[in-house]
This record gives sequence, structure tokens and C-alpha cells, in this order.
Amino acid sequence: MATKSDSKRVLEVSRLNVEIPVPTGMLRPVQNVSLHVDRGETLCVVGESGCGKSLTSLAIMDLLPSKAKRTCDHMLLSGDSVFQIGERAMSDIRGDRMSMIFQEPMTSLNPAYTIGNQLAEALQRHRKVSSDEARQRAIYLLEKVGITAAAGRLGQYPHQLSGGLRQRVMIAMALMCGPDLIIADEPTTALDVTIQAQILHLLADLQREFQMGMILITHDLGVVARIADRVAVMYAGQIVETGTAQQIFNTPEHPYTRGLLECIPIPGKTRRGERLGAIPGIVPSLVGHMQGCHFASRCPQVSNACRSATVELLPTKQPGHISRCLLTQSAGAETPQREGAAS
Amino acid sequence: MNDIVLEAKDVTRTFMISGGFMQAKRPLHAVNGVDLRIRKGEVLALVGESGCGKTTLAKMLLGLLPPTSGSLELDGTPIETMDRLRVAQTVQPIFQDPYSSLNPRKSIGSIITLPLKVQGDNDPSTWRKRVDEIMELVGLPRRVYNNYPSQLSGGQRQRVAIARALINRPRIVICDEPTSALDVSVQSQILNLLQDLREELGLAYLVISHNLAVVEHMATRLAVMYLGRIVEEGDADTLFRTPKHPYSKALLESVLTPDPSLGVPDTHLGAAYPNPLDMPSGCRFHPRCVNAMPHCSAVAPRKIPVGDGHVECHLYDENEGKLAS
Repeated sequence: MATKSDSKRVLEVSRLNVEIPVPTGMLRPVQNVSLHVDRGETLCVVGESGCGKSLTSLAIMDLLPSKAKRTCDHMLLSGDSVFQIGERAMSDIRGDRMSMIFQEPMTSLNPAYTIGNQLAEALQRHRKVSSDEARQRAIYLLEKVGITAAAGRLGQYPHQLSGGLRQRVMIAMALMCGPDLIIADEPTTALDVTIQAQILHLLADLQREFQMGMILITHDLGVVARIADRVAVMYAGQIVETGTAQQIFNTPEHPYTRGLLECIPIPGKTRRGERLGAIPGIVPSLVGHMQGCHFASRCPQVSNACRSATVELLPTKQPGHISRCLLTQSAGAETPQREGAAS
Repeated sequence: MNDIVLEAKDVTRTFMISGGFMQAKRPLHAVNGVDLRIRKGEVLALVGESGCGKTTLAKMLLGLLPPTSGSLELDGTPIETMDRLRVAQTVQPIFQDPYSSLNPRKSIGSIITLPLKVQGDNDPSTWRKRVDEIMELVGLPRRVYNNYPSQLSGGQRQRVAIARALINRPRIVICDEPTSALDVSVQSQILNLLQDLREELGLAYLVISHNLAVVEHMATRLAVMYLGRIVEEGDADTLFRTPKHPYSKALLESVLTPDPSLGVPDTHLGAAYPNPLDMPSGCRFHPRCVNAMPHCSAVAPRKIPVGDGHVECHLYDENEGKLAS
């Protein structure tokens, strides 16, 4: 196993692109996405359907469909490159040093095996341990994720568990090898609100305890606000704004982020029946190359320059807060930061 | 009052569930003694976890499922004495998923016209005009008349579903998770549309949703359902501000408002949602309740009137469960 570097940086991705050939041309669902996660940090990637947030996570895990082609400047997991290292090396890392939690626990657990079996496999695939040790680890983690009478659960099949319990099992499975990085793709979307709160609480606790980096992908701004350290807002394949949760929610810079925040009713703030904000128009097609800002067709503050100029991520007045908009109130606008070095 | 458009009195629905090979069937009380009233122009929201009976109740209110006992009245007429077409004139549904609730092989025009045909509307020459009017009302461009659902976006499809529900001018619309399948920016447009239509057409809504932010935005009254019973019901403002039932409190606490200064709430609710085949004794909520008292597991709580609503909890009952002993 590769030695882990001491640095706090768990994942660094620079200028990730995904291209998928479609009958009408080349679909580019992920364009120049750069992001990084530190140990113990939660990065939330938020955006609407089709913005490329899930494909970004699949590209990081090298789980894209075979037709899709990904390119990037570099992709480092705790200092080691994980880009194009071959399927065998990648499957050694997947589930060991980085693991993934999917949205729908019913379809991501194998219905034909007991959960004990599936949990043990996650460990035994990567470590030389006896089945008894694997079993002990499984029981330890099931208790950690709040499942009572864990030993008795090992012999159960996924269909015998409720949705909340299944998602807890998925989390335990992702933790079996003690990963550096966890990618959770809409982990609570299929769950009830009460269970959602519990699962998020659990994820936050575990992440703090094991000092993992976490990327949480969601469309729910409520979830983002409560759990994120930093937020990356994606629109039409690009990151349009990155910053701390406070920066994004309290002083959003990009018109898209502002529009999104106006769309959601906020209990206690929005008056009942008050008209909510709306973002008119539809997401542009990502087939082929697109000129100008991707949000130009829906932006209330659009100018002619937006339609032609290539808009890079620009730093705002606050450190760590960058926005892909020509109107960005920049501290050092005369020296726009290069995209790859940003985020 | 006379403006009650829909009333459910002590409605119960029991399903018989197979108990396994060679075993007797067991009863599952999906809805158990529910009283509900919807007045003209009101928005009643029904909230609760999955499996609490919300959808079963909605199906009964739509006349799609007869109650095992109890009565349902539309405008004062018992539902079982009305034929299906009359029920459909008064109550219409909007479903969660606009992808599966529209027939993919029918054009938008014929989807919206179908209710007129079914109701045997006697003047087919006006149909096209009425469809055009309703499409304009819900914000669908005229050019999609001959399109198919696959050519529309999610938000547009939900508008088609709304147009179809409204073409016969119903009085109540039952919205089962109307925006759950939609993106945030589209969700807000549909919520705005539903509000406008309510004012314009004087509709009453029953909104079923697990998104409490949406519920608070729309509802004038709120009913909290747990394991087939309505455990608390009342004016939405009051209930959101001062929930009484411990379950309502936990449910409202789990709403994630987009405020980065607050962490993830800890609801102290046990993970275990009880098996509805094996109901807890006494108060159904007692195994998960932080305020559970000894008599909670023995005696079912009564309905206690609070304001213009009610709550079912021993905490607010001065008799403390001694009534039944």
C-alpha cells in the first residue's frame, strides 16, 4: 500500500473534464472542475439535476460509463496520483482509501447476500484478515452507526431492513477500511426528514471522529447549510462559486447562487404565500463548445460581455471565496486567478 | 359551518396482510380513526414519515379506495353514494412524479382534453378553447399542444398534470408531494403557480409532503400523522410556532433551514419506526417519545382540544390516563 503523506490535503482535483460522445456531438457534462478537500473537512457540491455533480464524483472514483472520457491536470489522493493508474490499482484504492455512499441503499446493496457477508467482503477485499476479525470490525462499525443488536443484524438480508437502517449499513460498509475520503452522493434523499437528520448527524460525527475528508453531493440547500464547511455550487458542468458555507449563504456572489437561495421558502423568514423567486429559462445544452458564461441565458444581470467572454473563476473580497461571474466584486480583479489554481 | 368541502369522520382503512406460508392473514391498520375537515380556500397539509398512512388517506379522499369504516363526505354528500364521475368533478389529484403520471404515447393536448371526454362534456366544439385557456392559466406555451410528454421538462410536465387536474374545475386538489421530483428553481415556480391558482379559482388543497419548508410556505392548517392517526392538528402558524405533541416537535426540529450557523439537529427520535403490523400498545408513539410516562404504554391518549385543533398526548390530559382504568 502506498504511504500516506502527512499533508492535510486528502483530495486535490485540477481541471477535471468529462466528455461523452452522443449522436449530436460531444457532450461535456463536467468542464474544468477543480476542487480540494482537507482532512476532517466537508465539501458540499450543490446544484440542480444535470449540472454534473454526480458525474464529477463518479469521475473521481473512476466509475464513469465506458464511453465517457475523462481528462484532468492532476488528481491526487493524499498526495498520490489516482489518475489513470490502471483498473487494478484503482480497485485497490476504491473502497479502501476512498469510498462512496450512494443515494438509494436498496439498489446499492446486494439483495442475495447477508449484510454481514457484504460488510466483511469490503474489508477482506483489501486487507489480509480472518473472517472473524472482519466480523468483529463489522459489529464495531454497525454499533458506531447506531444499529442496536449489531451481531444479530449480520445474518439479515437488505430487504429485512428499513431504508434508514440500510443507509446506516452503507455508511458502515464505506468505513470498513478506514478511508481517507468519503464521497456521499445524495445520501439522504430517499429518506424521511427525521431519518435524514439522524443520518447527517451520524455522518458529521463519524467524519470528525475518524478525521476523514468528505464530499457530499446534494441538491438540498438545507442539508448543505447545516453540514458543509465549504460549498461548491455547480451549474451546467462548471463550478460557478466556491466558498465557506457562511460566504455562500450570507454573501453569495454569483447570480445563480443568489437565484437558488431566493427559490426556497425559509421557515420563519418567507411569509406564507409570498411569491418565491424563480430562475426563468432552462439549462443550456452541454453538447459541443459553448461561448461565454453558461448562465448568461437565464441571468437577470446579463450584459453583452457575458455572452462572448470566457468567464473564469475570480476571487472575491473574501479569502477562499471565488465566483465565475464578470460582475464579481473582486479584490484583485486586475490579476484574475488562473482557473486551475483556484478553489 | 357550511363551507366544509370535504370531511372525513372516524375513517379507518385496514388491509389484510399475508402472515406468511400457512399462516392466517393479519390486519394492518393503515388509517385508524381519522377525522379531517377541509374548508373552501383552505390549504391543509398532511405531514408524517413514510408508512404513516398519508397516501392511503389520500386515496380514500379521492374515492379510489373505500374506507373499512367511517364516513367521507364531499360537500355534505357521502362519497359512497356518489358515482365516480361526480367524485372526479369535485376532487382531483396531482401526483409526485410528472414522468410516470403522464401517458407517454398521448400528446399534451389529448392528455388535458381527456377529463372533458370522460365527463361526457356535451359541447366538444369548446374543448380546444378550454384546453387553450387552462394551458395559458398554468403557464404552458400553446405550441406544446401537439408535443409528447418526453419533449417537455419536468416543470412543464407538472404544469400539464396541474392543467389536467383543473380542466373540470374541481373544488379540491389533492397534491401528493407536488414538487419532490423537481429541481429547486422549478419547484418555486410550481409553488407560485399553485398559490396563484388557489386564489384565482378558490380551490382548497390537501398537500401531502415531507418537505416541511414547502408545507410551511403553503399550508393554512397542518395535520401531523403518525402510524395511521392524526396526533396533532391545528392552525399552521400556531402549530409551526408552538408544536405540542412530542412527535410534531421532533418532526419540525428535523427541518433543515438553510442557515449555516446551525448544525445538524439531533432529534432524539429512536431510529426504529415501529412495525405497523405490530402496533405499540397505549400511545403509538411511546417507544420513541422523549417524554414517555408509565401510563403512555398502557392507555391510548384521548383527543384534547387545543385552540381550534386537537392533540393526542397524555402530556396535555389532566386525567393522565386514569380515565380508562
